[in-house]
Amino acid sequence: MDSKNNVMVFIQQDDGAIADVSVELLCKARELADRLGVGVEGALAGSGMEARAKELLAWGVDRINLVSHDALAHYAPLPYTKVMTDLIREREPQIVLYGATTTGRDLGPRIASALKVGLTADCTDLQIGDHELQGKLYKDILYQIRPAFGGNIIATIVSPEKKPQMATVREGVMKLTPKKPGHKGVVVETKAQIGPELLQTELLECVKEARTVNLKGAQIIVSGGIGAGSKENFDLIAKLAHALGAELGASRAAVDAGWVDKAHQVGQTGTTVRPKLYIACGISGSIQHRAGMAESSRIIAINTDPHAPIFQIAHYGIVGDLKEVIPAFIKAYKNKA
Amino acid sequence: MSLNIVVLVKQVPDTKNVTGKAMKDDGTVNRAALPAIFNPEDLHALEAALTVKDRNPGTRVNVITMGPPSAAQVLKESLYRGADFVALISDRKFAGADTLATSYALKCAIEKIGGVDLVFCGRQAIDGDTAQVGPQTAEKLGMNQVTCVSAFGAETNAVDAKKRTITARRSIEGGYEVVRTKMPALLTFTDEGFSPRPPSARRVMAYKNAVAAATNDASYDECYMNASACKDDEIIVLWDIASIKADPESCGLAGSPTKVKKIDSVVLTAQDIRMIDNTEEGIARLVHELIADHTIG
Ligand SMILES: Cc1cc2nc3c(=O)[nH]c(=O)nc-3n(C[C@H](O)[C@H](O)[C@H](O)COP(=O)(O)OP(=O)(O)OC[C@H]3O[C@@H](n4cnc5c(N)ncnc54)[C@H](O)[C@@H]3O)c2cc1C
Repeated sequence: MDSKNNVMVFIQQDDGAIADVSVELLCKARELADRLGVGVEGALAGSGMEARAKELLAWGVDRINLVSHDALAHYAPLPYTKVMTDLIREREPQIVLYGATTTGRDLGPRIASALKVGLTADCTDLQIGDHELQGKLYKDILYQIRPAFGGNIIATIVSPEKKPQMATVREGVMKLTPKKPGHKGVVVETKAQIGPELLQTELLECVKEARTVNLKGAQIIVSGGIGAGSKENFDLIAKLAHALGAELGASRAAVDAGWVDKAHQVGQTGTTVRPKLYIACGISGSIQHRAGMAESSRIIAINTDPHAPIFQIAHYGIVGDLKEVIPAFIKAYKNKA
Repeated sequence: MSLNIVVLVKQVPDTKNVTGKAMKDDGTVNRAALPAIFNPEDLHALEAALTVKDRNPGTRVNVITMGPPSAAQVLKESLYRGADFVALISDRKFAGADTLATSYALKCAIEKIGGVDLVFCGRQAIDGDTAQVGPQTAEKLGMNQVTCVSAFGAETNAVDAKKRTITARRSIEGGYEVVRTKMPALLTFTDEGFSPRPPSARRVMAYKNAVAAATNDASYDECYMNASACKDDEIIVLWDIASIKADPESCGLAGSPTKVKKIDSVVLTAQDIRMIDNTEEGIARLVHELIADHTIG
């Protein structure tokens, strides 16, 4: 696969493990590339990543560009920006996608700035279509779709004049598609040249706990919003989650209020979830929140305001004060037998 | 040893207030109804800079913002808290800037200040959550960056003006990292580790009138339109596109590769929703149904 103009995904590795979001993006890239009639490429930087690079080909990837160097084993902004911009200049992809992780959000903007190209953050959908600008027709460009600040609105962003077109996407937004075991692709490895001027970040300590919040894998999520009114009432929502063996979710407003850690945030700039059951307590259902939970199989909304938008996407609605509804729910569940 | 720090701040609509009253009938926000506030994480970045100043006397804290004349309010609030120099970058030609064009203008302003050791800003602004302007500015300045900083390193010389290094703790998924980098560097701050100091009463008295005079004065508009003519000793310095030597082609809409193709209002059409009686019996019935069909167990 030597042709240019492909769809490229930045493959994030953490201590050698490939980030889930990178694989999700490879699946989306395959769909976009098929629509465009081009190939899918991964860009992977690290040290000793050959085996992992090969495994990725099974996701329908045509080419993994593996850039190897000891200094790339752990992410650092300067060396990564250098090897990625070099690679993009050489491979000339038309699209580059990044996971909207701490790393992707550190790296993507630097690359965009170096290449003077656009970058759209936290897209909730990506499509291919045409765009007319000043009488000129741009065919098959990337529609970067995301909720916009200002209410119930979705913006479609394009960057037709500059290549590559770049976007970041949160984990869980794009779905995994089945592997393509017979797919033929290549791993092309290069040894990076990294000068001492790029080695400015010294990692002194790295502390990671195993993920304690697993929203993406949860079958049931009980989520709380600012409607809880206080930390104590929010704890009531946590109690319901606990009783049901569910994961605890939250709106950004509840996170901002300091009632719950950011890791619990559901939505455009949090986690996207598709559980069997989502119970929204005191959440109005803003577009940014809905972007992360609207595909739940079943939604129960508990809200004092019968006109709250959440009722428009819910399957069951309870108009009432969560301080009364939740204890009744817990009681009924405990008496189930 | 003293340092020269630039803090980048932004005035943002208070997104917490995007409810009820602020909504128009078509479901969009009436921006005029939203209060404008100091972007919360930028206030933490300012606090971090003032902390460095407390520990390294003689350090200069410069605060700059890009925005319309009304954005001078966040500069005023920075003065109240201890900023030494504040500048408003304002020009009609900056209108429509995406994050790339914004970072270019900020880079030009930082270069105008010159001799900068550290650039601090909030990780992201609450009206976009993109977290792009910090890294994009760092790249344009050729500086290293540390994003998502929640605290400086615990050691007393975490900010070492002599060795020109800075040690910071940054939040990452499920944990944190402690990294050290050389200066100059750009750091972006979360709202976790610093508690912004309140305005000092003495400084409010000192700057309240002076700044108000600058913003209410009839000549202010003229000053804004032709900022390069302003005296440098104005309390709030106004810089336009010429005074920061920015190339108009790289500013505003012209310098923004991303364009909004279209904005769609999302019309929600109520689907089949079953309203559950808000009574113990109604809720118990729902719970039993969910158990019966194995949704909960
Ligand atoms: C760039 C950007 C990104 C964003 N990303 C996200 C994101 O990822 N996730 C997210 O959630 N938000 C996000 N937001 C914020 C979003 O726009 C909303 O502000 C937020 O979702 C509102 O949270 P909420 O529903 O808890 O609060 P509100 O909208 O204030 O709703 C509270 C609800 O509680 C109800 N209520 C009040 N009292 C009670 C009671 N006693 N019992 C029951 N109900 C009660 C009210 O009727 C109301 O409907 C983002 C915003 C921006 C600008």
